Amino acid sequence: MEVPILKQGHYLIASIQSALSDADLSQLREALIERVGKFRSRGVIVDVTALDVMDSFAVRTLRDIAHMARLRGAETVIVGIQPEVAFAMVQLGLTLKGIATALDLEEGLAFLDRQKQGRIDRG
Amino acid sequence: MADELRCPIAADTDVVQARQTGRELAAQVGFSPGDQTVIAAAISEIARNILMYAKRGEVRLQTLNDGGRYGLSIVAEDEGPGIRDVARALQDGYSTSGGLGLGMPGARRLMDEFEVVSAVGQGTRVTMKKWKRTHG
Repeated sequence: MEVPILKQGHYLIASIQSALSDADLSQLREALIERVGKFRSRGVIVDVTALDVMDSFAVRTLRDIAHMARLRGAETVIVGIQPEVAFAMVQLGLTLKGIATALDLEEGLAFLDRQKQGRIDRG
Repeated sequence: MADELRCPIAADTDVVQARQTGRELAAQVGFSPGDQTVIAAAISEIARNILMYAKRGEVRLQTLNDGGRYGLSIVAEDEGPGIRDVARALQDGYSTSGGLGLGMPGARRLMDEFEVVSAVGQGTRVTMKKWKRTHG
């Protein structure tokens, strides 16, 4: 199941539509990192609202995406972690330390806009 | 006791299938959405271990009724290389595969009962159970 990646201005939005296998997640990572360069993106949003489970592989892949994107000059925000998914993540001992999260797509976009504004202010 | 549901594990899509079957069964038993996700996450970790270390195996799911106490039993079995040091494999952050090392200890934290039987060269069987809480 390929995850559609939308380009919106300087941002990329990956909207996960269903449960993903490990191979799907790895494919998403490759596609996003490639596109950050291709579209000179400044921000990446990964919408995980439809993800059924966030297990150790999913968390590791999302962390990798965020770190790799940062190395390529883009900030990543993970949006849409459902309450029951968060509950299971905490019990599994999984964290997204150092990675921005937001409640939903709207909040994620607002976060990236603030980041961009910060960059401009700092010159 | 209901029939056993068997999920063969030989590809990463089977991991998704197994955890979704587990979630459906958990919903039938009456687990909360939070606990359904917890069960699905535990199945995902354990089924992935089969794939990573043994290449193939199976996950068996069964509902439990212990004198009116309801639950779900999950058995993950393979005939892979086995685990040399089970106690160590249950420690956070220990991995021989380059993973996060949270699969097995994480799954153990998610479940009420967790048992690993493994023999080097013969295989591994993980049995885990989750009981439905009577309150909340």
